Amino acid sequence: MAGMARTNGASVVIVGGGVTGLSAGWWLARVGVDVLVLEKGIVGWEASGRNGGGATHVYSPFGLEEQRLWPQMDELLGYPTEYQSCRIGIALSETQLALARRWAEIGETRGFRWELLDRRQLKELVPIVGDNAIGGTYLHFGGHANPQRTVQGYAWALQDHGGRILQHTTVTGLTQRGGRITAVETTRGAFGADVVVIAAGPQTGAFADMLGAWLPLAPARVEMVATEPIPLMRVGGVAGNGLYGRQTLRGNLVYGGGPHEWINVPDMTTPDHANTPLVRSLARRLAELLPGAAHVRLIRSWSGLVENTPDGLPVVERLAQPDNVVIATMSSVGFGLSPAVGRAISELVRHGRCQFADLGALALGRFADTPRDWRERAGWAAASPAIEAAAGGDD
Amino acid sequence: MRGPDPRSIVGKVPPPERHVPLIVVGAGPAGVAAAIEAARAGVEVMLVDEHPVDNDMMAMDVPLCFGQRMDGSVRNRALMLERVVETNPDLAAAHDAGVDVQLGTYVWGAFVNGPAVQELPVSMLGLADDRRSWLVGYDRLIVAAGARDVLLGFPGWERAGTLGAGGATALLTRYRALAARRVVVLGSGALALHTAELALEHGVEVAGIVEVDGRLRGDAALAKTLADRGVPFLLSHTIQSARGRTGEIESVVLVSVNRDGSPVAGSEREIACDAVCWAVGLVPNVELLHLVGARLRFVSQLGGWVPEVDARLRTSVATVFAAGDCVGFHESRLAAPDIARAEGRAAGRAAAESLGAARGPEAETRRRVAAASAADEPHGYWRSWLDSLIAAGGWEVNVCQCEEVTRRELVETKPPRYLAWRSSQMSARSLETLLRDGPLNQDQIKRLTRAGMGPCQSRRCREQVGLLLARAADTSLDRIPLPTFRPPIRPLPLNVLWPADEPAAMREEWVSWFGIPTQFSPHWTAGMAIDEPTAHTRLIMSDE
Repeated sequence: MAGMARTNGASVVIVGGGVTGLSAGWWLARVGVDVLVLEKGIVGWEASGRNGGGATHVYSPFGLEEQRLWPQMDELLGYPTEYQSCRIGIALSETQLALARRWAEIGETRGFRWELLDRRQLKELVPIVGDNAIGGTYLHFGGHANPQRTVQGYAWALQDHGGRILQHTTVTGLTQRGGRITAVETTRGAFGADVVVIAAGPQTGAFADMLGAWLPLAPARVEMVATEPIPLMRVGGVAGNGLYGRQTLRGNLVYGGGPHEWINVPDMTTPDHANTPLVRSLARRLAELLPGAAHVRLIRSWSGLVENTPDGLPVVERLAQPDNVVIATMSSVGFGLSPAVGRAISELVRHGRCQFADLGALALGRFADTPRDWRERAGWAAASPAIEAAAGGDD
Repeated sequence: MRGPDPRSIVGKVPPPERHVPLIVVGAGPAGVAAAIEAARAGVEVMLVDEHPVDNDMMAMDVPLCFGQRMDGSVRNRALMLERVVETNPDLAAAHDAGVDVQLGTYVWGAFVNGPAVQELPVSMLGLADDRRSWLVGYDRLIVAAGARDVLLGFPGWERAGTLGAGGATALLTRYRALAARRVVVLGSGALALHTAELALEHGVEVAGIVEVDGRLRGDAALAKTLADRGVPFLLSHTIQSARGRTGEIESVVLVSVNRDGSPVAGSEREIACDAVCWAVGLVPNVELLHLVGARLRFVSQLGGWVPEVDARLRTSVATVFAAGDCVGFHESRLAAPDIARAEGRAAGRAAAESLGAARGPEAETRRRVAAASAADEPHGYWRSWLDSLIAAGGWEVNVCQCEEVTRRELVETKPPRYLAWRSSQMSARSLETLLRDGPLNQDQIKRLTRAGMGPCQSRRCREQVGLLLARAADTSLDRIPLPTFRPPIRPLPLNVLWPADEPAAMREEWVSWFGIPTQFSPHWTAGMAIDEPTAHTRLIMSDE
């Protein structure tokens, strides 16, 4: 890095203050790189700060690094992430048990330890489990953290290392000259850059488009619910029955799952968060999972926008052309992997390649033959305007 | 081309249990008048009201601040239903006009299509009683949800006995179940005097009317009547603390204040009482209006965030109307309940006409906003109360009771105590450093401190959190974005929300996350094709 500190720019400009961009910025700032994060709203405000908080993705190329880093994150950041280790999977049916075992065995393949639990053992660990449970898994790996606190921790730690964040700043264009991006244009002026990282969530595809790269992304809305606090369980990382989530350190049960809605995000704005009657189905699933908590009150719900690639896998790549751009989308699974992917991005920025993982499978090129109408072909298109019009005409 | 993604929400939203052309939410004067007016114009109307709410809900200060001062009779639901009907004669008139009146029914959600939701068959409300929840579709909605209490903290306000004027009034009148004998009223405006008068009428002693201001804010004649009946008025006073040996309020300590709100040393006096009633104002209930996407704006004179409505009380959402105190509360409205009724009639008429009813005589629909002056802005008044409370009671007072966040922890944006987190980096962070990065946002600070994240759904602290933050940031509430409301807007048990009407597809196609066959494949075995799930990947993704 030349470290060309400009008053109106930075050595590395990161488009998007979500968990991926913030982690990348923090890793860069840690080693003294002059970094500027541009965020259209508030840092971590979208799905980065509102998700299940799970940190158990050992199947991923970033998985081992995820497992290595999370136990150190509080100390590395200097801010609380509420990280807790271990996960318990509850099965209410043989199929659910097979699924839980499959997850555990994937971990085992990577050298992690787990135990199969019978109902009695499960109830000892999670007293609010019911007689409908047939057993479960106890993973002595993985874990979960508080997304809101973690994203803020990344942002603050990045600043502590001299990095800068501009909130309420929407990126409107990318200036290219001589086969490189030279500046990022925003609603608050242009910012010069040596390297640009694009980690803009659902909008990442639109930026790729500006660079002539084809990044197929389908935005979707997903929903979660939160209950009032209940006494802390020995292990808060309890999930199953088609739900992901956790008990927070405050005691709230926070869970999501179930059907998503494919939508369109037409421009750089984010539509209002809205929930659907799915919150009732989430309540039901949670009451089935933890019958001892069926009387507990639901006090909140929220929805978030995430984006998926056609194969559901991330794109993390330093482009060949223009060659000073890193594009990153985690394809809807970004929070838990953020410590690792941020580090990977920082290495792509600094060294041109990731030194701890093979990112070959996550390259953009795999979509070269994906047709432009892939969403329609896959059944992932947003509802037609006709449906919207028929639905009541609220303006 | 494939059909829609089977794991998406397409086809999984249950159809509403019922569909009614017009739902009116809230059976106060405005709501009942709206329902009757629309029914008389030939529209099928459902009128929903949550009262009588059950004891557990009341214990959480939902929807009003009841301060644990309900007597045992509120557990008798049949009796409470009788009382609610008996004390609101308009309900009988609504019933006679053919309105379907649903009492004891919570409205906990509103679901409408918009930019991020397009799969709802119709606009719907989520309703619930003590046992179950259900959905009702509507063509038109009139929100007449009234206004809620404003509370400010003082040392000891967590004790049983801290009420709001709305909660006290409901317990005195609708429920006839107030378990308090001797109350201190905070505030001296119309709401406070009216509440004091009501208390006396129901045999509750008023141990004092306390006003931080140097002047009486309400009607002098009414104040004189109250004084003649032995009610002490304490102007230029604030409450320093509430005391009691158990978790109950047994007395309060009042202190006189200087013009700047600071306490006068040695002026403390202890007054025996079993209840303290905040009666300094009410805030419009705009939760539902927010959920349907109606545009809101901040008007201090109207109590804060209120919907933008046209002359016929239509909101920015063409199918949604609003009437009564939720369109804006001002103390002058207490003296003239007919204003709310006139608004209700106007909204009912407008909603009926928008559904095709014949055009009726033009109703007088212009809302009467009381003579505007800065002195009428409740937020400035609340701010002087807050200043005096801080001066008298300090910073180590919970602002959020549910999450036990003190004023100091809030304005210093400290992580919650249960994390027991310390680091030099964290110590260097404050509201001031946060404000360098962007304008004040109450939701952001809520996430960091947890103030407002408890089971009362911030009913006890929303205003004081906003006021404290605005004070600390040297800004005003109108410059802070509206903190959001999320469904359920009533805290309901999981087994009540449990949908009995869930479509089979919801269960059959349920996946925890998208159901993309390759998404969670171990990278060392991954295939990359967009393809139907194989049996193997299906096992990874689906639990059914």
